[in-house]
Amino acid sequence: MKVGIVGVGWFGFQPEVVDYSFREMMFKAAQRAYQDAGGLDPRSDVDAFVSCQEDFWEGIAISDEFAPDPVGGAMKSVYTVTGDGLQCVGQAYMMIKSGLFDVVVVESHAKPSDIVTLNDVMFFATDPISVRPLSLENIHALAALEARAYMDKFNVSEEHLDAVVEKAHKAGSKNPRAVYASPGRSRPDTPVVADPLREADIAKFVDAAVVVVLASERVAKSFNDTPVWVAGAWWSTEISSLELHDWAFPLHAREAADGAYTQAKIADPAKEIGFAEVDNRYSFKELQHIEALRLAPRGMAGELLADGAFCPGGRLPVNLSGGALAEGVPFEVHGLARLSYAVAVMRGDIKAQVDRREAAVVHSWRGVPTTTSTVAVLRI
Amino acid sequence: MTSRNINFKHRVAVVGAGLTLFRSKLLETPQELAWLAAKQALDEAGLTLKDIDCVVIGSAPDAFDGVHMKGEYLAEGAGGIHKPAVRVFVGGATGVFVPIAAWWHVASGLCKKVLAVAEEKMSHAARPHTQYVFRYIWDPIVEKPLNPNLIWIFAMEMHRYMYKCGVKKEDIALVSVKNKRNACGHPSAQLCMPDITVDDVLKSEVLVWPVQLYDISPTSDGAAAVVLASEEEARRITDTPVWIKGIGWTLDTTHWTNRDLAYPEYVRRAAEMAYRMAGIDNPRKQIDVAEPYDPFDYKELHHMEGLGLAKKCEAPVLTREGVTQRDGDLPINPSGGLLGIGNPIAAAGLMKVAEIFWQLRGEAGARQVKKPVYTGLAQAWGDLMQAGTVIVMGV
Amino acid sequence: MTGATKPLNPRGTKYERADFPVFEFPVVGKARYNYTTGEALGRFLAGLKDGRILGTYCNKCGRVFVPPRMYCSYCFREVDGWVEVRDEGVVVTAVMSYISATRARLEKPVAVGVIKLDVPGRTFDDHFFPGLMHYICGATEDDVKSMRIFGARVKAKWKPPEQRTGSITDIECFEVVRP
Repeated sequence: MKVGIVGVGWFGFQPEVVDYSFREMMFKAAQRAYQDAGGLDPRSDVDAFVSCQEDFWEGIAISDEFAPDPVGGAMKSVYTVTGDGLQCVGQAYMMIKSGLFDVVVVESHAKPSDIVTLNDVMFFATDPISVRPLSLENIHALAALEARAYMDKFNVSEEHLDAVVEKAHKAGSKNPRAVYASPGRSRPDTPVVADPLREADIAKFVDAAVVVVLASERVAKSFNDTPVWVAGAWWSTEISSLELHDWAFPLHAREAADGAYTQAKIADPAKEIGFAEVDNRYSFKELQHIEALRLAPRGMAGELLADGAFCPGGRLPVNLSGGALAEGVPFEVHGLARLSYAVAVMRGDIKAQVDRREAAVVHSWRGVPTTTSTVAVLRI
Repeated sequence: MTSRNINFKHRVAVVGAGLTLFRSKLLETPQELAWLAAKQALDEAGLTLKDIDCVVIGSAPDAFDGVHMKGEYLAEGAGGIHKPAVRVFVGGATGVFVPIAAWWHVASGLCKKVLAVAEEKMSHAARPHTQYVFRYIWDPIVEKPLNPNLIWIFAMEMHRYMYKCGVKKEDIALVSVKNKRNACGHPSAQLCMPDITVDDVLKSEVLVWPVQLYDISPTSDGAAAVVLASEEEARRITDTPVWIKGIGWTLDTTHWTNRDLAYPEYVRRAAEMAYRMAGIDNPRKQIDVAEPYDPFDYKELHHMEGLGLAKKCEAPVLTREGVTQRDGDLPINPSGGLLGIGNPIAAAGLMKVAEIFWQLRGEAGARQVKKPVYTGLAQAWGDLMQAGTVIVMGV
Repeated sequence: MTGATKPLNPRGTKYERADFPVFEFPVVGKARYNYTTGEALGRFLAGLKDGRILGTYCNKCGRVFVPPRMYCSYCFREVDGWVEVRDEGVVVTAVMSYISATRARLEKPVAVGVIKLDVPGRTFDDHFFPGLMHYICGATEDDVKSMRIFGARVKAKWKPPEQRTGSITDIECFEVVRP
């Protein structure tokens, strides 16, 4: 049973959406996704809805209470996954493959602008006994530790990070929803936040909502003439104890990618994949994730990127959207942001500098202190 | 629903279950509790963690543990490291939803053996009181400023049910008495009360009328786990697999002040979905034993009616007549339920699935129901009185 | 066929008083939020400040939404407009709370309930209606316990205009209208 993406809608991608509540943002993204899916009626055409959200991002305990109404799911089968939106896509993919569901809607929303104490909230995700009492003033320090370990082990230089930042802002300037894209931004001129990370290495947060409609092969064409097929979707959690994870290399992304490639029967990703959208909420993460996804040998992504291999129009463009560095990080929406951009490129809705649009890989990571990645392989 | 519900490629079975003690305070961390339950479930199935392909985790509000991204944190104890682990969440209804999600992990053909783990540690949030955490459950704009206690909404639902169906407190208290007595047969039970009477319930502390102390399940720490497997694997693992025959769930509108609380329509819809899949058209006759969610005594009655195990307003009558006793015609909550065993939210829901598993295998020992049982049901409930999750199992 | 009782020897270490180090880590005060009210609830709160209860309505199904939303949950479309509902209605359910939000005993119990609000020119059945949860004042313990309060008419008791802040608490309570 093949599973296709038949509708995508988004709303927001602004530093602060002041006029609309998160529920209203969900509604607007859903309206657009259903329109994109040939005017699908969620009240009669959808079998189940999945919302990706976390209580502490919402400031509401049991926040799935608020999931049904804005997406047309009241008195229907709705549930939440406390994970990145791409993990919800993975659930929908399984649900449809089981044969019990034909149409599943995936939703995620984020309103970081509503959180007054963001660093504290993010720190609540660390181990309550072994790490949290340290009360780091800046949680990005945890990412800086990873950056240093990676750069030392694989001889990655600050110039490589400069190149990632430059590429992101250049590509992002062509992406209308990349509000933080600032062509010409020079990484070395920004202050150090936590060595080796400078301000320009760290993606900012953004308010956004994305809704994606998935359908079985049997019904997909009745909603959309050009479905984008999910050829594989897999995820992995490396470990819960940050202290014990591999500081220099994101094994979780590698494990997730290998699972997705196996399902998609992709033997040599660097050759078979046309373009990629990966997590780059920190500049060095883009390099790590390129390697974890086997698009470059370990430790080589920096050099290849500096040579233009992953730039728009290059051998294998990565983050044609500019990624999180240009669009911002909308919490758990992030994977769906990457997915929705890839879908638009594959369908030709976005004219991007890419030679091969027929196979793409999409990746998300949930940020520090997590060690969870999800990877999806898309085909047309 | 456009789905077809026929002949799935992969049948899915439960092949092992595990449970910790349920207590108001347990020394173990949430990770350790998850591990204890997971280990017992694996042992019972004769498997090790290496055999497991995927992990599904359930836990209710993050604020209890005070841990953000609790699924990431629990992955380790739940056996979900270096594996695909996912945490699913439908508030109080989560416990029964964990094996529902695990079902499609297997039914999709993408995982062969799945560990489903649910954990809750409510004692962490002890100050000023565990119930304070529930304040964050209300709508932050139109409800929380009224400084509510969560028991309010359940009391409102209970009272509306009593009003619409003409039910007396004495009849509702019978549920609490039955379940707290049943719990004495359960090795994990927190509140075994062999001598409790209706009078004791009616004389217990009045919290929010009509809800009194013994109408409510206690706050608890605990964990539960089950192992699911594809048909091929299940036959290799055990001679007595218990098949998952039907799954269903529904979320009603968030806006609970706009609808009638006397009847749980969301449970009816969830049950219909599960019954359609299981080929059940007369649940009262075809379900042999059931574990409806009973965080409050009236909820057992409410849910029996939503599940079609009783007609509207009929559940108190069946209870009074003894039909729902362990030796009755339709044993309800033979485990002791949340009222007796305790209510570590998500773990309590999964405990019910474990109970049906043991009852159908004839392994419930002291609490084995008298009549022969072939088909059982577990159900949970949550959110702002809006979520219903149902699983039908059979041998 | 009574054999061993599952679960066999469930584990866990019960304790009452800790004889090992514990520490408190406040979460509630450290996680703080400014919830965006949005289009629908923003206007609703502004209405309360003016002493008016506002709802939205959907022409397709005829439902009136209080608290309002900008979309119809049932037809999945934008609502068609705003309507001022009356600040009175009937009690559909009510309870008597003897405890506070932190479960401390209250000196005097308070009545709380759901009020089905009147909308001029429209009637609603029990299955869907514009309704709010609020305190009910003027009800005795016996009114609640005897269920006489069900179906009783109540009317909003507003705070004086200068004390209103654009909050649900601009209404002090719904007061029982004695015939």
